[in-house]
Amino acid sequence: MTSPLRLCVRRSPAPDAEGAATLVTLRLPSDIACVEEAVELVVRHCLAGHETTRKTRFRLQVCLSEALSNAILRGNREEQDKWVDVRAELFTDVIRVYVTDEGTGFDPASVPEPIRPEQLDELGGRGLFLIRKLVDAVHFNSQGNSICMMLRRP
Amino acid sequence: MGFSQSRDASGVTVVKVDGQLIVGNRQELKDLVFTALDKGERRILIDFSQTGYIDSSGLGALVSISKRVREAGGELRLSGLNEDLRSLFELTKLDTLFAIAETPQQALSSF
Repeated sequence: MTSPLRLCVRRSPAPDAEGAATLVTLRLPSDIACVEEAVELVVRHCLAGHETTRKTRFRLQVCLSEALSNAILRGNREEQDKWVDVRAELFTDVIRVYVTDEGTGFDPASVPEPIRPEQLDELGGRGLFLIRKLVDAVHFNSQGNSICMMLRRP
Repeated sequence: MGFSQSRDASGVTVVKVDGQLIVGNRQELKDLVFTALDKGERRILIDFSQTGYIDSSGLGALVSISKRVREAGGELRLSGLNEDLRSLFELTKLDTLFAIAETPQQALSSF
């Protein structure tokens, strides 16, 4: 069976990402069944050739999974004609990962923190909170359909 | 990768999560536990000793399972969370919602 994922890995130099030694891009359909494989592929390429702690791998896995599921479920609303693009810029000391969907975007400032006692029983609403806690910096584009997550390599 | 279910000698339903518990497979875990509840099982242990990572959808599935077990008058325990997995529960304060044991053996003896 052909994988629905389109992976393109470009090694140094990456002409459209100044200073990045490696650029990894991946395009996946709006299908949550693809998330696990996409996370595995991107993490493997992001960490290749670098000494990596278990914690860094874990943080990258969780945050990528969160961002991809948000993009597929909330951004693209699982519409089959929409895609999710992952772009990872790899520097010596930093990994910067962009996840972009084709949705209309959202206001990240409007998402409440899900840790108040009365909210503990809620089934959802923890994804963005976890990303913010696990990476070193998070940014969104002005439309709110593209997240940039930055992790420092230890 | 996936879930395996067994029943220990004392009658506790033990579900092991092998690999990831994420958006793509959370429903499978819920279905598995809900089916056990429907069959009358009331003591459930979910073991994460072989789990790589959990995302917020996986955490949400565990909250959903916790509610159903409570509504059925049952008991739910979690075990085998490594330091990284445990940190997810602590960050989200879900460590206050679940009974978490270090090992499956400790969890089984706590029922």
